[in-house]
Amino acid sequence: MILRYLLEKEFKQIFRNRFLPRIIFAFPCVALLVFPLAANFEVRDIRLCLVDHDRSHASSRLVRKIAASGYFKLSRQAPDHRSALSSVESDESDMVLQIPPGFGRDLVGTGTSRVTISANSVDGVKGGIGSAYLSGVVAGFADEIRQEIHPEPAGAGPGRIETVPRLRFNPHLRYESMMVPALMVMLLTMICGFLPALNIVSEKEKGTIEQINVTPVGKSTFILSKLLPYWLIGLLVMSIGLVIARLVYGLVPLGSLGTIYLFACLYILAISGFGLAISNHSNTMQQAMFVMFFFVMVFNLMSGLFTPVSSMPEWAQATTRINPLSYFIEAMRCVYLKGSGFRDLQPQFLALCACALVMNGWAVLSYRKTT
Amino acid sequence: MERFLSFAKKELLHILRDKRTMLLLLGMPIAQIVLFGFAISTEVGNTKVAILDLARDEASRRIERDLDASRYFEVVAHLEDAAEVEPLFRRGKASLVVVFQDGFRESLLRDGSAEIQLIADATDPNTATVFLQYATSVATAYARENQPPAAAPVGIVPQVRLLYNPQLKGAYNFVPGVLGMMMLLVCAMMTSISIVRERETGTMEVLLVSPVRPIFVILAKMAPYFLLSCVNLATVLLVSVFVLDVPVAGSLPALVLVSFVYILLALALGLLISTIAATQVAAMLVSGMAFMLPVILLSGMMFPVESMPAALQWISNAIPARWYIAAVKDVMIKGLGFQSVAKELAILSGMTVFFVAVALKNFKTRLE
Repeated sequence: MILRYLLEKEFKQIFRNRFLPRIIFAFPCVALLVFPLAANFEVRDIRLCLVDHDRSHASSRLVRKIAASGYFKLSRQAPDHRSALSSVESDESDMVLQIPPGFGRDLVGTGTSRVTISANSVDGVKGGIGSAYLSGVVAGFADEIRQEIHPEPAGAGPGRIETVPRLRFNPHLRYESMMVPALMVMLLTMICGFLPALNIVSEKEKGTIEQINVTPVGKSTFILSKLLPYWLIGLLVMSIGLVIARLVYGLVPLGSLGTIYLFACLYILAISGFGLAISNHSNTMQQAMFVMFFFVMVFNLMSGLFTPVSSMPEWAQATTRINPLSYFIEAMRCVYLKGSGFRDLQPQFLALCACALVMNGWAVLSYRKTT
Repeated sequence: MERFLSFAKKELLHILRDKRTMLLLLGMPIAQIVLFGFAISTEVGNTKVAILDLARDEASRRIERDLDASRYFEVVAHLEDAAEVEPLFRRGKASLVVVFQDGFRESLLRDGSAEIQLIADATDPNTATVFLQYATSVATAYARENQPPAAAPVGIVPQVRLLYNPQLKGAYNFVPGVLGMMMLLVCAMMTSISIVRERETGTMEVLLVSPVRPIFVILAKMAPYFLLSCVNLATVLLVSVFVLDVPVAGSLPALVLVSFVYILLALALGLLISTIAATQVAAMLVSGMAFMLPVILLSGMMFPVESMPAALQWISNAIPARWYIAAVKDVMIKGLGFQSVAKELAILSGMTVFFVAVALKNFKTRLE
């Protein structure tokens, strides 16, 4: 019964605030409209600097083929390797393709030749993918030449293995399809993590928490009254996210909405509980903000949101097992793109249950009525 | 001057006495850099592979062994039936299924060519592109080995050199990024909060009626954070050089100079926020939402600015961290000197002057 009054108080506090309601509504909209555009690792329009020492028919054919591949833009022709490197240094080009003298002659004569690809890989994704693309184009060109020199029926070369890739779940390799479901998780983390983290500690700073401490309100009731409003807000944010994903990106989950909401319910509980626990341990809002910021950064970056979990070292992969974000992100992507059902995602579900229990248990235990 | 110093001392004591916050301010950048530097790599590795081997012959088993031996793949399951592929993907147990058709080796020997199907979970487009390429190269390597030596191979050997970051370490991207973010966090957020708190608790009045001119009150507030940021800069650089092996390849003075300008800029931003925000929460939300997120997303710390749509690229020009991060990357990783960062330096200085001017114009020395 007392919970009802406490909840009423929390909701009034939220909606009488000048900032909070606006942020709760505006933030998901803006974030989902802008983030997917920015959070884009798609590699295209790679600026290529060409050093052609050969200037033969073959080399100019290779260059035409590269230009036609669609990934590259010829940014410059450099006379030698040094000036090509300086164009990478000054950020005019991303990659250098160096064709050695005698490239065309060797190719037709001895059948083998080589080129040098130098990629700026300060940004690992761009460097890695860009050089992989370029190697692919060069290999394709070599195949073409082979066909011309040995005009055998396709595939009849001795011992050739043809690989046939089939791209499942995201056949057009759209980046948004992968990012948008995961970004909704990030949104929930920001809103349902930060607001509770600031909540209890702000009552501490204002001194109003004393008034609660002297009442017979129980620890769990108090925590529950702080938790439930964010739970509802989180579900609202989630719904806004689902609508935007449908309207703007044309993304509809292949799996059931029920599964998504089920996971969201658990996840919000877990992350809000975490926020409340941090709030209990902090003395000032500044501290709470910093600690929360630290954990949110770590949770986000080490959850597989931006970089695949499988490329992390063992110990880092182990940390994803206690990271609620990684379970929810995996579940969201599976439901959205692969149509996974609840049965497929049982391990993630149980793990999130455990996270929610631990975090909220911690939040209840760390709340002290005495100072 | 003496008055100013005593004010700065007061602020420093404020910070030093709050042990927990201090620990956070100094420890957080180190923890983040170490964690991200070691954990996050964009190299694709250990992709989980399932094998659907309908051929069960020497060739298919050999390719499977080659895949497992490569550091890019890890064979996690053997399937019996094509119907098992779908559930496997749905539970996220594997990212790639390699299918050998019945009679794989025979057709390789008889017809001279055979087919391998690679069914990829393309949820993550870049990763899928990369591991498909790796798997193809494992298969072709096997084919080449088993070619009769007489057949003249026609091929172009691409020698790939990954400049500056041959191991594609994430740390090369994160050290500049975390620097750019921490400075903003420490300077902009902390200064704004400490000024606003002084106003909230009412102690600002006491300071403003003191004989010290208001501008010095504010400068004294900034001084300790400037100091703290310099300590942070030093520790982050030391950690990145000695722990993460990310060297300072270029000129250290250039790096320090750019960082100083950036710290000043962050302090100016903090002052500006404090003139706008009325409460601590508002100050945090403004600096958090309006500064931190754009920095993380649009500054090139995580995502390449060039792949963004033109409008966002345009916006990103207005984000100071973008220029700072670009300059740090140039100096630290590419090993360039002063000349190369002159443009960034000029832009950052210009922004600093602008923010200071606006902040001073808005700053009220009177209490309403």
